[in-house]
Amino acid sequence: MTEPSTALAELTEISSQIESAVLFDADGKVVAATIPDERAAQVATSARALLEQAGQIGGGDLTQVEASTGDGSLFVVKDGATMIAASTSAEPTAGLVFYDLKSALRAAAKPAAKPKAAAKPKAKPKGTTRPKSSGTS
Amino acid sequence: MGRRKLLALGFAVGSLLGIGLYARRGKSSERVDLYFADGSLVSLHSDSPEAAPLLVHARDALRAART
Repeated sequence: MTEPSTALAELTEISSQIESAVLFDADGKVVAATIPDERAAQVATSARALLEQAGQIGGGDLTQVEASTGDGSLFVVKDGATMIAASTSAEPTAGLVFYDLKSALRAAAKPAAKPKAAAKPKAKPKGTTRPKSSGTS
Repeated sequence: MGRRKLLALGFAVGSLLGIGLYARRGKSSERVDLYFADGSLVSLHSDSPEAAPLLVHARDALRAART
């Protein structure tokens, strides 16, 4: 599995709008974060409460939330039992932030590719020559 | 002299009006957008009663993320 912390590090590297991000599970337990543990736990608790309360409003299956305040926005994206919360500055490009967050969630959940075994060099048969084409085809 | 005073007064009134409009704009930009799996979107503005508790959680999370 791609290290969740690696996925978050890549996320903050590719997105100039995302200030911090916290990956957490359905119980609110922090899996990885770009901020210190104690603060990450507070973010996860608030983001989970926000998602729970917001889920009661529409009646449908809530997958993502953007809460815009005067001095910044909080984004929360849910994918199964895993959630990611991210803070941005005011008036971010929501579509881009959601895209980056979903990519990070997928990367954190994706099984890591196994390292390929070194391919054995094929022994060249000795004394064989490539048949020349007659050139009249 | 009278004209200068009038200009200064106009400038002061204009500045106050600008500050008021800017503050109003900032407040109105507070909202919560909810996206559902079926592609629907519910946008709650800060003056709606449903948005208030959600914005409290959002502010708490932002404060924790930044301090």
